[in-house]
Amino acid sequence: MSEPVLTVSGLRAWYRTSAYGVSREVRAVDDISLSIAAGEIYGLAGESSSGKTTLIKTIANAIQPPLEVLAGSVVFRFGDRPVDIHRISREALGKIRWKHLSYIMQGSMNVLNPVRRVRHTFFDFAFRHIGRPKPEFLQVVRDHLQRLHLAPDVLDAFPHQLSGGMRQRVTIALATVCRPEFIIADEPTTALDVVVQKGVLAMIHEIQRELGSSIIFVTHDMAVHANLTDRLGIMYAGRLVEEGRTADIFRAPRHPYTAHLIASLPRLGDTAPKKGLDGAPPNLADPPPGCRFHPRCPRASDICRREAPPMAELSPGHRAACFHPEPERPA
Amino acid sequence: MSALLEVEDVSRVYRTGGLFAARRVTAVDGVSLQLEAGRPEILTVVGESGSGKTTLARMILGMVPPSTGAIRFKGKDLADIRGSRARLAFMKEVQPVFQNPFEAFNPMKRLDRYLFATARRMAGVEGEAAIRDAADGALKEVGLSLAEVRGRYPHELSGGQLQRVAIARALISKPALLVADEPVSMIDASLRASIVNLLRGLRERRGVSIIYITHDLATAYYVSDRILIMRHGKVVESGEARAVLDDPQHPYSQLLKSSVLSPEVPPTGAAFHA
Ligand SMILES: Nc1ncnc2c1ncn2[C@@H]1O[C@H](COP(=O)(O)OP(=O)(O)OP(=O)(O)O)[C@@H](O)[C@H]1O
Ligand SMILES: Nc1ncnc2c1ncn2[C@@H]1O[C@H](COP(=O)(O)OP(=O)(O)OP(=O)(O)O)[C@@H](O)[C@H]1O
Ligand SMILES: [Mg+2]
Ligand SMILES: [Mg+2]
Repeated sequence: MSEPVLTVSGLRAWYRTSAYGVSREVRAVDDISLSIAAGEIYGLAGESSSGKTTLIKTIANAIQPPLEVLAGSVVFRFGDRPVDIHRISREALGKIRWKHLSYIMQGSMNVLNPVRRVRHTFFDFAFRHIGRPKPEFLQVVRDHLQRLHLAPDVLDAFPHQLSGGMRQRVTIALATVCRPEFIIADEPTTALDVVVQKGVLAMIHEIQRELGSSIIFVTHDMAVHANLTDRLGIMYAGRLVEEGRTADIFRAPRHPYTAHLIASLPRLGDTAPKKGLDGAPPNLADPPPGCRFHPRCPRASDICRREAPPMAELSPGHRAACFHPEPERPA
Repeated sequence: MSALLEVEDVSRVYRTGGLFAARRVTAVDGVSLQLEAGRPEILTVVGESGSGKTTLARMILGMVPPSTGAIRFKGKDLADIRGSRARLAFMKEVQPVFQNPFEAFNPMKRLDRYLFATARRMAGVEGEAAIRDAADGALKEVGLSLAEVRGRYPHELSGGQLQRVAIARALISKPALLVADEPVSMIDASLRASIVNLLRGLRERRGVSIIYITHDLATAYYVSDRILIMRHGKVVESGEARAVLDDPQHPYSQLLKSSVLSPEVPPTGAAFHA
């Protein structure tokens, strides 16, 4: 296999705050390693507040206090020189952003400037990179918007004049119009109806195929993962607990958390909600000792209460962090 | 039986576009609906992005006046609710959960302050301890606690946590009607199930009526009593939720149902790899 485009090693990123004289450390990303190949769509799933957004903020180097990187590295390889994104100058980072790497933040509709028409935002961010005369540039933008089921008049609107889902699509358009090699998208389709969502996913996939881009796609919506991603990482309480080919994870999850997740997926036609996990998500300022999932785990034993299970390869390309994984189920 | 909410042939027109290219958008086009007072229900609104769901919700909340048509809450026309006293009394009874909590909360304002202000002003809770208890109680209903939220600003919470704070805030004044605009869009299936159960509990135990806007047809199917399907500002189909979703009649409803992604890896690999 060729060199990965992204290599994350031993990454640890915590929020360190103090309020009411009490200092706390929220261990939102704790010792995560993963790598992503060119042309791969990598999905990231996990319950609310498990650290998905923090992980990708750290990967995109969109780090602001109180978030601190305590250990580990994030290395991209665009062209043939590797760059550690936490150790490059602001200028170099600025160049990488937009051209090579684009990051669609969660709830990012609010990055649109409220007092400027959408068209200006496109000029601000994309004009330079596309490098075409103005009328041609606008035509590129219009065509691109159309692929997202947006009429060209959204360019004349102010952000508040658009619906939530329209604003979400405008930010997707901004992040993809320059056709970057690496796209990081955090819950980019939460505000879309299922018909439009399908169109947007198809567009993202098309760009990915045309350019061989890599994508990290964060969503809690497992149906999107099933239909879009090649590989899937599952987070629980700040740790990566399982990773493998999406098809393998859906067919035979090995970590008990993933097994629960897959077994309880809602389907249209259910007449009652599936049973949720017992207990609450752990407080990341004071996570349980040992395996962070043990208080809610049906398979937990003594060792799980004492020691954190390391990520281990259980079958080719399939890793999980569990002392008592679910049995292997050959395809 | 008297009506809790009557929405009568309501439309809303917006003007947009530049000076020379002014356009009229009919965001909501002749929508009517009614909720009865003695019969709390969950009325789900689904539909195309941009079809007018949020605009309809804002009109019901009295935030945007209809261009034509009328909305009455407990028999009183919203257009006649004037002055801050009357307005406050109305808001006590009709509470919103806004779409996209990242936009709904002021980024400079601590979240506990929102909750405390709501307890004091809307629910009339007095005394610091009681105010804290009211906030903590509401947060516990959504799987959070005041200890977790205390002193924090909106950007310091995850998307799902923030969405749950928005729901908690709306519960504090014990409203008769909750207008929830995509309240669980950033919440995973497991937590979503518990929040949807909470909505059901509110209807059953506290007699709260809920207008629930969502893109999630699976939860809509089990939680709703009635459903409205919107497209281009109009209601294209409505009725008993399960009957409509089991056998949709309008072509758009059919398209919507058939576009729901199934949580299974297609046998040929990912669906868009075709
Ligand atoms: N600026 C901050 N200061 C302190 N804690 C924070 C900050 N931002 C996030 N956190 C905490 O870090 C943890 C992980 O949050 P993160 O946003 O990464 O979760 P997530 O997996 O993206 O969740 P969701 O699916 O709900 O968006 C949460 O407990 C959150 O409250
Ligand atoms: N303040 C405004 N000024 C001008 N046009 C507006 C305004 N608010 C909404 N619109 C337009 O009205 C239409 C309906 O918007 P609305 O927000 O009600 O849709 P929605 O059904 O909530 O969509 P979504 O599912 O994407 O949130 C859209 O075409 C939108 O551009
Ligand atoms: Mg997040
Ligand atoms: Mg809306």
